Amino acid sequence: MDLITPEIGLFFWQTIVFLVLLFLMAKFAWKPILSSVKNREQSINDALASAENARKEMQNLQSDNEQLLKEARAERDAILREARELKEKVIADASDEAKVKADKIVADAKRSIELEKQSAMAELKNHVAELSVEIAEKIVRKELSGKNEQHQMIEKMIGDAKLN
Amino acid sequence: MTAHKSLVIRVYFTLALAILPLFTFAQEHNEEQTSVEEASEEFNATEMIMHHIGDSHEWHFFGADESSVTLPLPVILYTDNGLVTFMSSEFHHDATGNTVVEKDGMRFVNLHEDIYRLNAGAEAVEFDAEHHPVNASKPWDLSITKNVAAMFLTVILMILFFSVGLARHHKKNEHAPKGFNNVLETLVLFVRDEIAIPQIGQKKYMKFMPFLLTVFFFIWITNLMGLLPGAANVTGNIAVTVSLGLFTMLIMIFNGNKDFYKHTFWMPGIPTWVKPILAIVEGLGLLIKPAALMIRLFANITAGHIIILSLIGLIFILENAGIAGVSVPFALFITVLELLVAFLQAFIFTILSALFIGMAVEEHEHH
Repeated sequence: MDLITPEIGLFFWQTIVFLVLLFLMAKFAWKPILSSVKNREQSINDALASAENARKEMQNLQSDNEQLLKEARAERDAILREARELKEKVIADASDEAKVKADKIVADAKRSIELEKQSAMAELKNHVAELSVEIAEKIVRKELSGKNEQHQMIEKMIGDAKLN
Repeated sequence: MTAHKSLVIRVYFTLALAILPLFTFAQEHNEEQTSVEEASEEFNATEMIMHHIGDSHEWHFFGADESSVTLPLPVILYTDNGLVTFMSSEFHHDATGNTVVEKDGMRFVNLHEDIYRLNAGAEAVEFDAEHHPVNASKPWDLSITKNVAAMFLTVILMILFFSVGLARHHKKNEHAPKGFNNVLETLVLFVRDEIAIPQIGQKKYMKFMPFLLTVFFFIWITNLMGLLPGAANVTGNIAVTVSLGLFTMLIMIFNGNKDFYKHTFWMPGIPTWVKPILAIVEGLGLLIKPAALMIRLFANITAGHIIILSLIGLIFILENAGIAGVSVPFALFITVLELLVAFLQAFIFTILSALFIGMAVEEHEHH
């Protein structure tokens, strides 16, 4: 049968054409296409890998940030607590000192008032004594201006003395 | 839902049953008619079909005899007296051996698309009782026939698509191409990722990519071109598929590694007396594998063409234009199916070639 008998001419041409086609396509089509596709896939893979790295770095940074934030918060709290304690201490110290000072002032005032009082009393006593002497002198002088009165006086005094 | 489904199935069955007798009826007539009309001048379906799926020395488009539109192709003959070339138009569309072309003192006739050289002194071809020429011999026929011309067309298309189109884009930049080039690149990657890498393996596939890509696109494009009206039946020609099968076989044989040949001719791990038997079987396998490739492609493409031509031929066999109402939709359906077959056969040829090559280069783990 013609149908299943290979013709030499067609076989010859098919072989030649296919070999030439294979050579041409390999050199001018498949090689550049495949290498470029490979490069592209490589670059896509690289890009994906670097994106993944970036994501990881980002995550690290974020966790670092969080850590930092936490530390900062803790530090702030510590500082605040310290400040509060300091404040309380300062206030307490100040009030104690003030009390001591006030007590001292009051004590000083009391002492000086006492001193003043005593000196005033002493002065007053002196005054009273002088006045009394003066008064007594005047009275004596008036009493003893006549002879009678002098006698009477003496008698009276003798009488008092007798009573004693 | 299931009731609806079963109804649909029943309708299909009824349709199929209605159409079935039509087929047998047509077939009977086909056989009857062809046997009756074999010798007559009337329509001969076998001849028409064989003419359409066979090769020819001119590219016929439409019309008959002198008024037909044809592309004359060069006839190249290698005779005892050297190369003889002339255009096929010198036969004046005659393939019955009536027109004698005289060149370089030799006379040639075209007898059913075989070129015969008349013996010295003979004026016309004479036949014996079985219609074989008695006074002529066949020279080596290296003509650019219709199939060769169609092959050239495929080559030109492939160079345009891939070298001029896609490869130029890729030389300029490495970004994904757009439009048609993107389609082509997807197909190239399909061959790489679905055929070459799974069958041959990551390590060695690159070496065979040019062959696999070329064979895939050559077969596919040629198959598709063969579906066009007036086109040649290239991949449905056994000479073409023999050549393609041989390429696969040679690549397989020359790339086979030590392990492959050891497993082919002296299979380890079986009793010694079985080894020679297996060697014969496996050795034959080396031939049968590519032969199966060759027959599968040839038979599938030719069968598709024969079915379409038979359906169209029905109109002329039954001499009833009404048949066209049935056979044309059928032929259309088969043509659409052939579009799928065109891809499928290219895919199967390529994947099996890759499989055979993969078997030959596979690294066996030592047991």
